[in-house]
Amino acid sequence: MKAAAIRPPIPLRTREALVGWLFVSPVTIGFLIFFVGPLIAVLGYSLTEWNLLSQQSSFVGMDNYADALGRNPEFWTVLRNSLVFAAGLVPLNMVLALTLAVALSRPFRGVVIFRTVFFAPVVTAAVAWAIVWTFLLQGESGAVNQGLALLGIDGPNWLRHPDWAMFAVIVTRVFKTVGLNMILYIAALQSIPRDYEEAARLEGASGWQVFRMITWPLLAPTTLVIMVITVVGSLKVFDHIYLMTEGGPENGTLVLAFYIYEQAFEFFHVGYAAALAVILFLLIALLTVTQVMLKQRGGPR
Amino acid sequence: MTRFRSPAVRACWYLSLAILAVPFVFPFLWMLSSAVKSQAEIFSPALSLLPETWHWENYAEVFRYQPFARQYANSLYIAGLVTAGTLFISSLAGYALARIRFAGSGLLLLVLISALMMPEEVTIIPNFFLMKQLGLMNTHMPLILLPMFGSQGVMATFLMRQYFTALPPELEEAARMDGLSRFGIFWKVALPLSRPALAAVGIITFLYSWNLFLEPLVFLSDIELFTLPLALSNFTDAYGLPLWHLQMAATSLAVVPILVVYIAAQRQIVESFALSGVKG
Repeated sequence: MKAAAIRPPIPLRTREALVGWLFVSPVTIGFLIFFVGPLIAVLGYSLTEWNLLSQQSSFVGMDNYADALGRNPEFWTVLRNSLVFAAGLVPLNMVLALTLAVALSRPFRGVVIFRTVFFAPVVTAAVAWAIVWTFLLQGESGAVNQGLALLGIDGPNWLRHPDWAMFAVIVTRVFKTVGLNMILYIAALQSIPRDYEEAARLEGASGWQVFRMITWPLLAPTTLVIMVITVVGSLKVFDHIYLMTEGGPENGTLVLAFYIYEQAFEFFHVGYAAALAVILFLLIALLTVTQVMLKQRGGPR
Repeated sequence: MTRFRSPAVRACWYLSLAILAVPFVFPFLWMLSSAVKSQAEIFSPALSLLPETWHWENYAEVFRYQPFARQYANSLYIAGLVTAGTLFISSLAGYALARIRFAGSGLLLLVLISALMMPEEVTIIPNFFLMKQLGLMNTHMPLILLPMFGSQGVMATFLMRQYFTALPPELEEAARMDGLSRFGIFWKVALPLSRPALAAVGIITFLYSWNLFLEPLVFLSDIELFTLPLALSNFTDAYGLPLWHLQMAATSLAVVPILVVYIAAQRQIVESFALSGVKG
């Protein structure tokens, strides 16, 4: 075979492209197998009635979605819980994060210690944090209620009480995650030139006015990023619910991510759980697209 | 340094910060204290951080109750493998996406970015059946593969790509003149220059794997194979009620080493997380 010997050398651009694809191939192939494939598969499953125990599956069209959106009232409870969770967690988290960031963005004696403290739960396992707080929030012998008793307050059995369980889970989750948003806000605050504030101060602006008219608008891109991260994070909360309440009491903390797990791996309703996973996917995709659009409307700064 | 207007203002400042810090510090202190209390004292109404009698044997009991040393080792080696693997493939892909012009790279980047936010709950059901078919149920493979190739691996790739994009191209020119191959340039020039990014991605990836809960819960059934988070959720008596003294001792053993490293390398760790947050 002489043809091989006289074939012209591969052009540089082709060789570069080959090398490029070679470099990205491990990530790309793994991503196709363990992410894109499963994403398509979950859509397929959601159109079937599939019982894990009998190993039988049959095509049922949109039946699982009809179950979720119409026939099964549990789904709306779950969706409402997820929204309540997000509506409680996101503002609380962001207000606390911004307050801490404003307080800790300028140097004073001990500032590093305080930053370290507020960030510590972020590096701690969610499982550990949830377990310790479950211990603290027990009805009678929990440290929180013992502390409240010293103040003459009779605390409820936080995680078993229908009116308090959701509140307790939200607040402990805020403590776990607020440090990250605080750090992002501190970085943004420190990147704002000090001259802006000093100029406004010379004009006679008060501290609050400076914050309202200068700092807050400059923080807008950071606020948007933090909001999306926090909303998405609140939709995928699983560990805290699994360990602290298991969705109870009376389904009061049954949220979407936990519901998917429960339906798939405890009740073996694979088709139905897959439909729920698709709904979660759509919710998060919608949020992400909204973020991109908001960002573009804001234009480059 | 901020100067306070008066000693009273300063006192108020520190007092309010200290009060805010209570729910962030107290859980750790109470965990450590309850870990050395007797089971009886745990249920006594006295709110005391110091135990009446110190029961250090609780820590030994943890290891008798579960193969805790084995579970600890599982967590360590899995997090180590995930971190090393992720660092290698994500820096390789991140480098190509930032530095090499090839058809389809823009599209690939877009597809990867759109997966950044997707939680594992969305794909866990098909992955369960995939692992079953591959015969990997009740092994550590899913815990190694899924973080490397799921949204966490995508995040790592994206962060590395951002870093390589910002690297001045002149640094590579000399190496190219010397006739180094693409891989040579990547390995000998670009990678050593990207140490800060590698450190950040390594820290986030290690902690992600170390703290992972859903995957072990779904894929592991053998107690010898458990990782720490799954082991921690398992300290109950015959009736399913938690054995709090053992639970707190085990949780302390899992949490304290991470906290010690965190305090020692506070700046580096916090910056790593800040980097992952501003990606958007």
